Amino acid sequence: MARDDDTLVQLLTPDGERVDRAVGPDGVEYSVDLTDAEYRGFYRDLVTVRRLDAEATALQRQGELGIWASLLGQEAAQVGSGRALRPQDMVFPTYREHGVLYCRGIDPIMPLSLFRGVDQGAWDPIETRCGMYTIVIGAQTLHATGYAMGIAMDGKVGGDDGEAAIAYFGDGATSQGDVNEAFIWSAVYTAPVVFFCQNNQYAISEPIERQTRVPLYQRAAGFGFPGVRVDGNDVLASYAVTRHALDHARSGQGPTLIEAYTYRMGAHTTSDDPSRYRPPAEAEAWRSRDPIARLAAFLGRQQIADETFFAEVDEQARTEAVRLRERVLTMPDPAPDSIFDNVYPHGSPLVDGERERFNAYRKSFEGSAH
Amino acid sequence: MATESLTLGKALNAGLRRALDRDPKVVIMGEDVGKLGGVFRITDGLQKDFGEDRVIDTPLAESGIIGTAVGLALRGYRPVCEIQFDGFVYPAYDQIVSQVAKMHYRSRGMVRLPIVIRIPFGGGIGAVEHHSESPEAYFAHTPGLKVVTCSNPSDGYTMIQQAIASDDPIVFLEPKRRYWEKGEVDAEAEAYPLHSARVARPGTDVTVVAYGPMVRTALDAATAAAEDGRELEVIDLRSLSPLDLGPVHESVRRTGRCVVVHEAPSNVGLGAEIAARVTEECFYSLESPVLRVTGFDTPYPAARVEEEYLPDLDRVLDAVDRTYGW
Ligand SMILES: Cc1ncc(C[n+]2csc(CCOP(=O)(O)OP(=O)(O)O)c2C)c(N)n1
Repeated sequence: MARDDDTLVQLLTPDGERVDRAVGPDGVEYSVDLTDAEYRGFYRDLVTVRRLDAEATALQRQGELGIWASLLGQEAAQVGSGRALRPQDMVFPTYREHGVLYCRGIDPIMPLSLFRGVDQGAWDPIETRCGMYTIVIGAQTLHATGYAMGIAMDGKVGGDDGEAAIAYFGDGATSQGDVNEAFIWSAVYTAPVVFFCQNNQYAISEPIERQTRVPLYQRAAGFGFPGVRVDGNDVLASYAVTRHALDHARSGQGPTLIEAYTYRMGAHTTSDDPSRYRPPAEAEAWRSRDPIARLAAFLGRQQIADETFFAEVDEQARTEAVRLRERVLTMPDPAPDSIFDNVYPHGSPLVDGERERFNAYRKSFEGSAH
Repeated sequence: MATESLTLGKALNAGLRRALDRDPKVVIMGEDVGKLGGVFRITDGLQKDFGEDRVIDTPLAESGIIGTAVGLALRGYRPVCEIQFDGFVYPAYDQIVSQVAKMHYRSRGMVRLPIVIRIPFGGGIGAVEHHSESPEAYFAHTPGLKVVTCSNPSDGYTMIQQAIASDDPIVFLEPKRRYWEKGEVDAEAEAYPLHSARVARPGTDVTVVAYGPMVRTALDAATAAAEDGRELEVIDLRSLSPLDLGPVHESVRRTGRCVVVHEAPSNVGLGAEIAARVTEECFYSLESPVLRVTGFDTPYPAARVEEEYLPDLDRVLDAVDRTYGW
């Protein structure tokens, strides 16, 4: 399972011991220096995104969502990297980055409307600085790279106020041509982009051994940029490594590949049955590395947080989940002829004609029994 | 420059130059487009004058060219991507049909991707395989994309500028075997609307519908037919998606006969679409079925037999004759 553990950047052990500093395979020394309030903020995020995710899974089971891709187990990788982003950075997610979206301040109803089938995940990518979910595996890594090339062409790199792009993808995605092309492009153009791979050990049923013979972070060397493996269940390390990679990018030094070593505790999606391909003991072993439990242990031991705080966070997360549930249940379906909207920015005679015939046809049923 | 005689290749170059000049957000990207000026020299001299950031030599990976163009467009750029040859667009097919074509729709109109994908297409230059294909139907079948093709230098010059200025993602097909044919280009003339068909030669007896490289062939057929006393009306579609069939319907209502010509295989090709729509709209005017003259339903053949494959003047005239057989 977790091989090459000595290369793993870790700042919080599974038992909640704080590691002062850790040197990554890229030779960089990583550490964090957070205030108590910031530590508590991380905890609040982790608990909230897990709770909202559980609510979405429940809503799917009750038939309110068509499908759901749970982030269970990957909260630390997402919150750690998500909180490392600055407002000016641009995110290119896949379909499981609900935690990153949450950190980006995007209303949690947005991904749910996608999975309910009300729309196609239409938050404003420009205003939110967060692209729409990408279902085709790996496609968004090229979008991130092109966007980052644009940042460089706009002269928005070099200083502390520079911009960067970050692309999220899974271990399976690293086999795709697009991801490899993105690696080449970003290296060749020194594009300010961070590749954040959540190696959750599986691409649906296929284990990581089906995608690679070398640890994924080592691939970066072949493309000519640094690769780092971080403990993806450690929110502090995920934060530190991502922050460094983004700074590296925004200062004009080009891309970094981050492999967040983690585990998908649940199914791939609600349509999947992991018992067919995963030994139960495996998930059990990973349970002891739970990202939330380890931060809680640290907070408690250091007296940064007490039972009242933990209870308050739970309660607040529960309230947010209930609110989300109510909103999902009252989400209206789109108008039938909205299928003809926005095919082209300025319309098209073909589509306009079809909309007219469609509406006339529907109207012909008015007043009949249907 | 007022009116000038230019080859299609030079006219496209002039149009690209003007677009780069007008809008600093326009960037050209593709394999060999910089120093070399593209394998057909369509981007000749542009990198020298606009710099490596505006005319970008890319790595050799088509999905990468289109995928990064999406990111650049999201960043406010207007990328013009060159795909070196028609047969090499397929590695980028996913990015084009699944990403480029759909983002505007998925985002409920919030995202615009003003990307132009230039593809030299079609045969007739004696090339090896993958260098002579006509992939237009794949793209015309995809909602969210627009597909256009020019047939002469004047259209080449204006249409490329219009395509770049358009907010739609546009697949821009260039008839490569016509790159070296000359025509008058009036740089000051008002441009004809991009998505409109145009009567290339008026006539009264049979409507011949063509686009891209086949317009020249259809016009040659019309000249030959005129010697035999038959007046063919040749319509250059120019836009393949959306199709502007108004002028075709209008023409067929007068002539009662229609022949559609394209290089691509006939099966599920644009000719089928046009025949269906003309039949629906002009049913009572038709004297005979709409006929197609197309490439065969085979892969594009070896160069030594491509003349057999490609529709030529005689096959067009034969189809015209057959419309009189009903
Ligand atoms: C190009 C493509 N092929 C196949 C699929 C079907 N599919 C959806 S998710 C998935 C596995 C992806 O695994 P990974 O990249 O590791 O991401 P994870 O789901 O583990 O986060 C597959 C095969 C797809 N969405 N896109």
